[in-house]
Amino acid sequence: MQLTEMKAAELVAGIAARKFSAVEVAQAFLNRTEKLKHLNVYVHLEPEVVLDQAKAVDKRIAAGENPGPLAGLPVAIKDLLCVKGEPTTCGSRMLKNFRPPYDATVIEKLKSAGAVLYGKANMDEFAMGSSTENSCYGPTLNPWDTKRIPGGSSGGSAAAVAAMTAPVSLGSDTGGSIRQPAALCGVVGLKPTYGRVSRYGLIAFASSLDQIGPFTWDVPDMALIMEAISGGDSRDATCVPDPVPNYLAEIEKKPEKLRIGIVREFFGEGLDPEVEKSVRDAIALYEKLGAEIKEVSLPHSKYGIAAYYIVAPAECSSNLARYDGTLFGHRSADYSPANDDEKKLPALVRMMMASRAEGFGAEVKRRIMLGTYALSAGYADQYYNKALKVRRLIRNDFETAFKEVDVLIGPTTPTPAFALGEKSADPLAMYLSDIYTITTNLAGLPGLSMPCGLSSGGLPIGLQLVGPALSEAKLLQVARMFERETPWHTKRPNLTV
Amino acid sequence: MSSETAKPYTMVVGLEVHVQLQTESKMFSWTGTEFGLPPNTLCDPVNLGLPGTLPVMNGKAFELALKTAIACGCTISKYTKWDRKNYFYPDLPKNYQISQYDLPFSLGGSLPIPADNEGNGGKTVRLTRIHLEEDTGKMVHTSGQESEVDLNRAGTPLLEIVSEPDIRSSVDARLCLEELRLTLRYLGVSDCEMQEGSLRCDANVNLHIDTPAGKIATPIVEIKNLNSFRSVERALNYEAERQYAKWKEDGLTIKDAPKETRGWSDPDGVTKLQREKETAADYRYFPEPDLLPVVVDDAWVARLKAEIGELPRERRERFEKAFGLSEYDANVLVEQGKDVADYFDAVVARTDQYKTASNWIQQDVLRTANAKGIRVADFPVAPETLADLISRVGRGELNTQQGREVLGKLIEADGTGDLEAIIEAGGYKMVSDEGPIREAIEAALAANPKAMEDLKTGKKKPDAIKGFLRGQVMKATGGKANPNLVGQLLDAMLSELGG
Repeated sequence: MQLTEMKAAELVAGIAARKFSAVEVAQAFLNRTEKLKHLNVYVHLEPEVVLDQAKAVDKRIAAGENPGPLAGLPVAIKDLLCVKGEPTTCGSRMLKNFRPPYDATVIEKLKSAGAVLYGKANMDEFAMGSSTENSCYGPTLNPWDTKRIPGGSSGGSAAAVAAMTAPVSLGSDTGGSIRQPAALCGVVGLKPTYGRVSRYGLIAFASSLDQIGPFTWDVPDMALIMEAISGGDSRDATCVPDPVPNYLAEIEKKPEKLRIGIVREFFGEGLDPEVEKSVRDAIALYEKLGAEIKEVSLPHSKYGIAAYYIVAPAECSSNLARYDGTLFGHRSADYSPANDDEKKLPALVRMMMASRAEGFGAEVKRRIMLGTYALSAGYADQYYNKALKVRRLIRNDFETAFKEVDVLIGPTTPTPAFALGEKSADPLAMYLSDIYTITTNLAGLPGLSMPCGLSSGGLPIGLQLVGPALSEAKLLQVARMFERETPWHTKRPNLTV
Repeated sequence: MSSETAKPYTMVVGLEVHVQLQTESKMFSWTGTEFGLPPNTLCDPVNLGLPGTLPVMNGKAFELALKTAIACGCTISKYTKWDRKNYFYPDLPKNYQISQYDLPFSLGGSLPIPADNEGNGGKTVRLTRIHLEEDTGKMVHTSGQESEVDLNRAGTPLLEIVSEPDIRSSVDARLCLEELRLTLRYLGVSDCEMQEGSLRCDANVNLHIDTPAGKIATPIVEIKNLNSFRSVERALNYEAERQYAKWKEDGLTIKDAPKETRGWSDPDGVTKLQREKETAADYRYFPEPDLLPVVVDDAWVARLKAEIGELPRERRERFEKAFGLSEYDANVLVEQGKDVADYFDAVVARTDQYKTASNWIQQDVLRTANAKGIRVADFPVAPETLADLISRVGRGELNTQQGREVLGKLIEADGTGDLEAIIEAGGYKMVSDEGPIREAIEAALAANPKAMEDLKTGKKKPDAIKGFLRGQVMKATGGKANPNLVGQLLDAMLSELGG
């Protein structure tokens, strides 16, 4: 078996046992990445930096030191996680020159676990999008069909694993940005409970919804990475201090008396029949494995998209205000007045306006405007405060459901990957591709997407599992049950290299 | 009452005070808060608002804020949260300020203002609210087109204290600020240095004018840029006159004109228009998602309450009640700062001569400390020594004049002098033997026959003549005679002589 075909656990074990070196592993992935450049997965990748880290790991192993639980494992990083001294651009012109002077907490954790930080993966600008088409570096292509999108906003991270250019990757999920691309790229993606993984060093889109999570080929690899990146952080007040379970041990346990809830509202209009069939087959399998299947309702989920597109843009309008060309961010070279009205403005204001006009893409501007409007005096009650109430109702729906069942099951996305450009002109259609994932973020709950089938066109289909807060171990257990019985997590796209 | 009552209007003033808290680190990050360091050296990724960074609340700052509210008798919110105030300005790195909007940690409360001896003060100013926020950076406007930004101050914990419009004169406004400063210094909440910006004040002022058609109010003006207590007083006086003159000219009232912001120019002694607020600025407040709400329980409040020592107003009361000081004396000892009152307390703990202690501290000790430019806490004479000296004077071992001379020597010795040795070496012992004093009186009468004559003819007042003779006697005894005894004997001998 080639190194690039191995799972994370196999690579870590092989490096530790000196079957192969960390440098050999890094080189194998670099070679494959080079041949798959057309997928546009990485926006920054410096082979020397990668190889230097791998060399350091090999040195430690040779010296007999404990190199850490992820020693030598290349991890691709979504381009919104701060890595000290490395470009961290959020797929935006605005931050093209930004090199953070500090590491995100997850990056620190990966480094201390011995991981090799691989390239920075492409993404929708500032994580706003569902297709990775809103990147200033151009779209990433779906490894299963290069005419299609990989999903988004963590499309680069999902495609990195699917194309086997990295064994694992990190992304972030604000409304589905891990689970949706994981589903469309045929890999496992986990959005942990809000607060399970520190957000320190994650460049914010919507602070109350953002959460970092991994992409892997299977559940054991997911458990491996989750153990390394989870846990309390004194630099993130919203991070929960609860101890991190031994996920690797947990997934091998079989859940007793498993009750699975089918969310009625997730099987309605707009759901692709092939997707529905794969999901129903998965449910049947769980039933066969002894799970009790119940239908449950999340009655307010129909307001999820509406509430999300007020809360998230509101927070984003504030989070992105700092990019004005003054302290950081792109600064316009020419901000001379464009018309008589602008002549009345101070030069500083014109500079900020021009810098933001040039630095941000269309979708980011659209959301900043939406959010600014929703928070404005006279509108805040009608929009922002109303959305907070809806959010509370959605949270209550989940709480009620989890009194009856242990996990919820349903499709991750309504359809398999759509074509490049198909929804670019229709923001609302694009927003609807997150319809099954978005409520999880509003409620702060963990959600996992795993491959559960292939469409007649050979495109991956994702199964979503959602659990109560801090139930990651249970979710992984339930996912592992399915994985043991099915071949979907072993399927790979047909890429000629 | 103060002079404003004679004016044809009543001045109505409310204060908005910003106070930087004395903490080791910033409100939401780890760098320090020292004043006067080179620009942009007190910066960390969080207070620079670098992408990806998150604020974490400084618990010490929150406790100092709570202490302030408890001391002012405010209602402490059981549940308080942080909000973002959004506006674009280069001294605000994130382009939003973390502040508190609709659920501040404290509401209501009041500040009693002590009376001075000219009829000012002596009333209570109600507080509207107190909230906690982060300070902004500072714009430095250099010559030419460029402006520079110093972010050392950005993120410093800042308390905003808003008063009700309960103040009716410029003197009261100053007294209110002085009492607030004293209270905050007592609490150890802030050093309140206006020159360094750790206490900043804006004043909202308008006039109530009685007219034949009834009472009218002039448009409210917010005065900014008040950088000393004196400028608060001057600016309010100026602004009242300006508003009155303007009203006489255009007759505009609060209903006809928007609120105006004016800046005080200290060198010119005038306020200048900064901006007219057509409508309130839209700050698009919303709850700060990066911070958790704070739940304040009774136990927490109780613990902080126990930590708060005596407040200035409580101390004044105690000085009056326990030591029989006048309201004025008690206030002077307290308002000069905590170290002065502490010094007084340390002295009167060791002597029962309370009034002498109060007088000597107000006069000799404060004068010397001011002249030397030192704090009373660093005064060269230990309170134990001063108490010992005052007790000796009280017991009649030394007279007052001698006592003061000894104190002077102790000060000269800069803390190294021994009281006993100085008294011994200087021969500072009061003479209370009648013999030598009688002799000195007789000698004085013999040397000044004109005095006796004046007394008999009634040419001069007897008190003046006695005072003169007493001085002669004291001089003749080298200042050592017991002044009371001198007086008694002089009276007796003069009446024997038929004077």
